[in-house]
Amino acid sequence: MTKTTRHLLAGLLTSTMLTGAAFAAGTHPVTGEALAEDQTFTYRVLDEHSSVDPQVVEDVSGSEIVRDLFEGLLSQDEEGNLVPGVATGYTVSDDKMTYTFTLRDNAKWSNGEPVTAQDFVFAWQRAVDPELGSPYAWYMELTSVVNVAEILAGDKAPSELGVKAIDDLTLEVSLSTPLPYFPQMVTHATTFPAPQAVIEAHGDQWTRPENIVSNGAYVLTEHKPQERSVRERNAMYWDNDNTIIDKVVALVINDENVALTRYLAGELDRTEIPAGQFPRLQKEYPAEAISFPRLCNYYYTFNLTEDGPEAFQDVNVRRALSLAVDRSIITEKVLAGGQTEAFSFAPVSIANFTPPASEMADMSQKERDDLAKQLLAEAGYDSSNPLSFKMVYNTSEAHQKVAVAMSQMWKQKLGVQVEMANMEWKVFLEERGNQNFELARGAWCGDYNEASTFLDLLQSSSGYNDGKFASERLDELMASARTSDDTQPIYAEVEGIIATEVPVIPIYHYAGVYMMDSDVGNWPVNNVEQNWYSKNLYKIAK
Amino acid sequence: MLAYTLRRLGGAIPTILLLIIASFFLMHMAPGGPFTSERPLPPQVLANIEARYGLDQPLWKQLWDYLTNILLHFDFGPSFKFKDRDVNDIIAQGFPISLTYGFLSFLVCTIVGVSLGVAAAIKHNSWLDYFAVSLGIAAQALPNFIMGPILILTFTLWLGWLPGGGWNGGQWQYLIMPVIALSTSYIGSITRITRSSMLETLNSNFIRTAKAKGLSTRTVIWRHAMKPMLMPVVSYLGPVFVYVLTGSVFVDLYFSTGGLGQAYVGSALSRDYAVLLGVTILYGMLTVLVNLATDLAYAWLDPKIRY
Amino acid sequence: MNFAKSDKAAQIAADFTDATAVQGRSLWRDARDRFVKNRAAMWSLAILSLIAVFVIIGPLFAVWDNEEIDWDVMGDVAGMGFPSLASGHFFGVDDLGRDLYSRVIQATRTSLLVGLIGASMALVVGTVYGIVAGFVGGRTDASMMRIVDILLAIPMTLVLILLLVIAGRSFTMLFVALGAVSWLTMARIVRGQTLTLKNREFIEAARAGGVSEMTIMFRHIMPNLLGVVIVYASLLVPEMILAESFISFLGLGISEPHTSLGRLIAEGAGTMAYGTIWQLAFPLFFYVTIIITMFFIGDGLRDALDPKDR
Repeated sequence: MTKTTRHLLAGLLTSTMLTGAAFAAGTHPVTGEALAEDQTFTYRVLDEHSSVDPQVVEDVSGSEIVRDLFEGLLSQDEEGNLVPGVATGYTVSDDKMTYTFTLRDNAKWSNGEPVTAQDFVFAWQRAVDPELGSPYAWYMELTSVVNVAEILAGDKAPSELGVKAIDDLTLEVSLSTPLPYFPQMVTHATTFPAPQAVIEAHGDQWTRPENIVSNGAYVLTEHKPQERSVRERNAMYWDNDNTIIDKVVALVINDENVALTRYLAGELDRTEIPAGQFPRLQKEYPAEAISFPRLCNYYYTFNLTEDGPEAFQDVNVRRALSLAVDRSIITEKVLAGGQTEAFSFAPVSIANFTPPASEMADMSQKERDDLAKQLLAEAGYDSSNPLSFKMVYNTSEAHQKVAVAMSQMWKQKLGVQVEMANMEWKVFLEERGNQNFELARGAWCGDYNEASTFLDLLQSSSGYNDGKFASERLDELMASARTSDDTQPIYAEVEGIIATEVPVIPIYHYAGVYMMDSDVGNWPVNNVEQNWYSKNLYKIAK
Repeated sequence: MLAYTLRRLGGAIPTILLLIIASFFLMHMAPGGPFTSERPLPPQVLANIEARYGLDQPLWKQLWDYLTNILLHFDFGPSFKFKDRDVNDIIAQGFPISLTYGFLSFLVCTIVGVSLGVAAAIKHNSWLDYFAVSLGIAAQALPNFIMGPILILTFTLWLGWLPGGGWNGGQWQYLIMPVIALSTSYIGSITRITRSSMLETLNSNFIRTAKAKGLSTRTVIWRHAMKPMLMPVVSYLGPVFVYVLTGSVFVDLYFSTGGLGQAYVGSALSRDYAVLLGVTILYGMLTVLVNLATDLAYAWLDPKIRY
Repeated sequence: MNFAKSDKAAQIAADFTDATAVQGRSLWRDARDRFVKNRAAMWSLAILSLIAVFVIIGPLFAVWDNEEIDWDVMGDVAGMGFPSLASGHFFGVDDLGRDLYSRVIQATRTSLLVGLIGASMALVVGTVYGIVAGFVGGRTDASMMRIVDILLAIPMTLVLILLLVIAGRSFTMLFVALGAVSWLTMARIVRGQTLTLKNREFIEAARAGGVSEMTIMFRHIMPNLLGVVIVYASLLVPEMILAESFISFLGLGISEPHTSLGRLIAEGAGTMAYGTIWQLAFPLFFYVTIIITMFFIGDGLRDALDPKDR
């Protein structure tokens, strides 16, 4: 049995070049910039996170904290490439079904205990344990680790999960399919280690600041729900000498306009820019207003079941509606934050995949509108028999703006009568999940940087396929992609199916639109997943 | 008086009980549950979670368990959303905050409102009167939620005097804007009520008699007019007190104080049943107690009332 | 939000009922004369009528529909969306490039409707409930009032939120929710007055004459309650509008493209630092004007119908 070995070179220059103590008031070892005295990074979060337990966390704000508190097998650098985390490297068996990770021997928990392979085994078994009921259990299912589905269904015990500690520093993972992007998936919080002794001692309350033990660059020192959480340097962290930021403060500020005011008053280092305000702020603060592509899409999904309107069964109607949406107005005038127009389901910024050229993307908006009118007329709708339907979105000012703009485009160009309804989040999920809608908003952010994280959503078996689009060919293709070395042609065909069948109307792909204080160094704008790690940031002296 | 108080408190028990039952069923009627999420949970996982929180039981059983837990252990159960906290923690954390700025706002609006109102009535038809009246009307007509952004823009961005939000253990810098924002609209209505009540009192026969006897204006006002004047004010202050403590959603939202108002609205939106119920009960009890306090204050002010 | 648990209103009501019962119809003319002499109230009435007229005929002058987007202005609202006669956007445009003139008219209509319908719902439900409780008396009265007391103990803001979260939102639901929280005090006042009225001579006379209970309730007692009910309802209207603006602020109000003044103000307040101050100024002007005039009219009515002040 030969093995392909891949060593992950230490991607972080800092970790190879340096040994040394605190950097405060010094200069940055690589760039030579003068560092600020106070290395505190303060940022705004929209909402209180629900948990910082790696296996339980589900929201973005919680995941940001978890990535600082805990370290998984692998991490990402500023470009989104894999770099060593707790594991220094891994080997893959010939059949690509067995991964063996080698753990570093100097990784420690914040209580001084060494981080071992057993900690990962415990964490992974915990993630799939129906007893815990992790909201991200489905993510473990996507990793194809042996027996996940059976354990989640309650047919097998969590101990039968395909993950094993060969010794303290060797972790072996068995997969049920040779999933090519498995290593990317272990940068996600759900796969991070968990301290068994602490969890058993404190139960649900182990994540409180007074109880928590973590293995990342930071430890949680303060948590005032709905107000702030603070994490500070972890002296036990193996790479603590190269960490520059001492303290990270997350402030909960619900109102984005208030957050912007407080940013301008100097209270924050980072905040989101409200929809439509980017051009103005860019003019006034060119060094601070930044925008970069993110791995998220925004679309509307047709209800294709019998509960949906009959008109949507006609592909021409769906195409016409998609064509008539002038995406450039939404990206440039409504949101105006550097978002990109979407003509494909998977974002263009995704790794190892370029969406195929689509007929629609090449047309001018005028041509699209003309074709839309023609298609709708062919489908039998005109001014005497106008198409009418109801669109729903969850309550939010930005979603409302997009919906209003879309409905006006349809009304003015095609004479379509659209009734808009906003619902609060839980009601929205319930109604959409039960196919109790006609046209509904949808959006997804990639859980890993690979097109399947998006394209999977339209498989007939997907839990997020609320429009119940079903294409046998698409299911086949997505299944074959899980074992293929060259996924580009497969995903291109899937996008082709989506473009002809139009089960959804892709509107735009997200951008990160921030006000970022110019003294924050090294923010990973090129990491489309926005997996940022405070330990890689630094504050420049003003 | 003691017997009356006890009787009233006893009467509050069915009120609270009914409140719990009504909120409980209303809550369960709402579409979507605490574990509705974008990707539906695998059925076995969902079943396990629901069993852990007792949601698999019939509703009456859930209600019974809930009530017995409260009565026997004073335990309002765990939060469904925030995994490492239970309802007692959330209330213990948020209520002192709401109570602090709510109580301060109550003091500010009462003191400022009553003084302005009394002064306006004594100096009837003077510039002070007109000033107080127009201020009162303006403060009352402005929706209180526009105070938040105005204050933050002024004091944080332009003047740079105060931090734009947060709580920080309740330091005074963090208290000023929430208190101003919350008390403004009540200053308006308290001024109006005090003024008209004072005018009415000053025109009444017994005050004229007192004046005729040759007592000084000061003595007349402090000794004789104050108590009867306060009666309508007190009956208005009761509901205000409950409101500044409970309706602080917009203060929590703009100033990120971490108070209970935001927790309440948040729990309603995320279907965190336990938190929702816990806070509702707390607010209900508060209302009952404040109503009782108002009635007792009334008895002190009006010698005709005997309980 | 305080839904007028005003004991003062009850006290005034008591005085008022005493007077009506004795004096009969001539009081109405007195009241009208007193109201007409109240300058603040008359001015307010005139201004409010102007607003009502504006809401009705304003759309005739509108260049833009209330939901129509001006695509040219859309991307640069701060630069091009200011109020202007030339562009046809008399009040400027909102954040999406929709005409604020048309939207303010539509919002004012909504808010006035919310005020009037919300108050009338409270009026109808509260009056009927109060009369029945007071007139039937005995155990029925005790249990009916017990229910009111319990409901009054529930924080009303929270009930509003709960109702709107649970039942979804629509015009009807908004009216129901607002009505549901505001009829309680009305019921209490009406019941109190009914209790004093039902032992009066003219009721005794009617009963002796063989008039049915139903007829007595609604033909003899109800007309005598009208004054107090009108006074209280006029005070309720601005409170309903305030309550609706609070609901809109929480994002639980009515759905697009419909809007209300509270919602426009909330939107305008969010963007007040971004150079589009007209988005706050126009809706706020109409809102404040309506609330202030309603206050004065309410005060005027109270003074006019309250015989104590003569």
